[in-house]
Amino acid sequence: MKILVDITLKNGVLDPQGKAIQHALGALGFEGIDGVRQGKVIELDLAETDRSTAEVTAKKMCEKLLANTVIENYTIRPAS
Amino acid sequence: MKSAVIVFPGSNCDRDLAVAFERSSGVKSQMVWHKDASLPDDIDIVAIPGGFSFGDYLRCGAIAARAPIMQSVVEFANKGGHVLGICNGFQVLIESGLLPGALMRNSGLKFVCKDLELTAETANSPFTNAFSKGKKITVPVAHHDGNYIADSGLLAELNGEDRVAFRYVENPNGSVENIAGILSKNRRVLGLMPHPERLNDPALGGADGAKLFNSLIASMATA
Repeated sequence: MKILVDITLKNGVLDPQGKAIQHALGALGFEGIDGVRQGKVIELDLAETDRSTAEVTAKKMCEKLLANTVIENYTIRPAS
Repeated sequence: MKSAVIVFPGSNCDRDLAVAFERSSGVKSQMVWHKDASLPDDIDIVAIPGGFSFGDYLRCGAIAARAPIMQSVVEFANKGGHVLGICNGFQVLIESGLLPGALMRNSGLKFVCKDLELTAETANSPFTNAFSKGKKITVPVAHHDGNYIADSGLLAELNGEDRVAFRYVENPNGSVENIAGILSKNRRVLGLMPHPERLNDPALGGADGAKLFNSLIASMATA
C-alpha cells in the first residue's frame, strides 16, 4: 500500500524558502498572506497491506532517516 | 599523525583534505570508501570532507550519515577518537548525532562562495591550540546550507562549555550568534562550515587554514 509522509518545519524554526515564496506571491499581487512554510511529501510504496503495520514501519523510517526531528515534524497518512 | 579521509559519492574536498594532512604531518592520509565496514587500524583522526554527498538528497548529509562506515566513525568518536567534519562533513556529523543542532538553508537562499574572516573563539581544543582566543583568520566558505540553528538551551550549553570554535566576523548565512564551527562535549569532534584545507599554502593566497592542521599535530605530539 502507499503511505504518504508529510514533513514540515517545526514552529519557531525560520524557513527562508517559505519567506521567499511569500514575497514572490506578494509581488504577484496576492494579498493577505500571513505566512508561508515549505515542507515535503514522501510517497512510500510498501509491500505491506495492513495499514497499521505499514504506518508503524513508516514511523520507524521517519525517526531513522526521513525527518530530522531536531527541526522537523512528520505526519503519516495512507495515500488514497 | 595518521589520518583517514572518508569518501562518499559526491565528496569533492577529499583530496584537498588529504593533502592538508600530509603537508602538516608528513604522513599520507588513508582514503576510506563509505561502503567499508571499518576504519583502518591505528588511526589518530578521521576526517569527513566537503562536497555534495549523495547529491544533498533528502537533507544535506542525511544519507551519508547512514552509510556503512559511519557506524565505525561514531564508535571511534565515542571511544574518544578525533573527528573533523568540514562543510558537508559538518552536516554529516550533525546528521549522525555526533554534534548537536541543525544546519539549514542559508538565510539569503544563495550559495555563498568567498573568503571570509573568522575569529577563533577558543584555544582549548586539539584543533585550535595554535590560535589565540579572538585571533582573526581568513578562510573560504562555499555552501548553500550553513545556517546553524540551535535552541536557547543548546546555545547556553555551547557558550557555557566554551564549545564554539569559530564565529564569522560577517555572517554569510544567518547562523545563530555567527557560529561557524562547534566542538563536541569532549572537544575531540569539530564541525565547521569554512574550508581550512583550501587555504593551506601562501601560493593559493593564504595559509591560515594550515594552523588547524598544525594544532592537531601539536596536540597529538603531546598526547
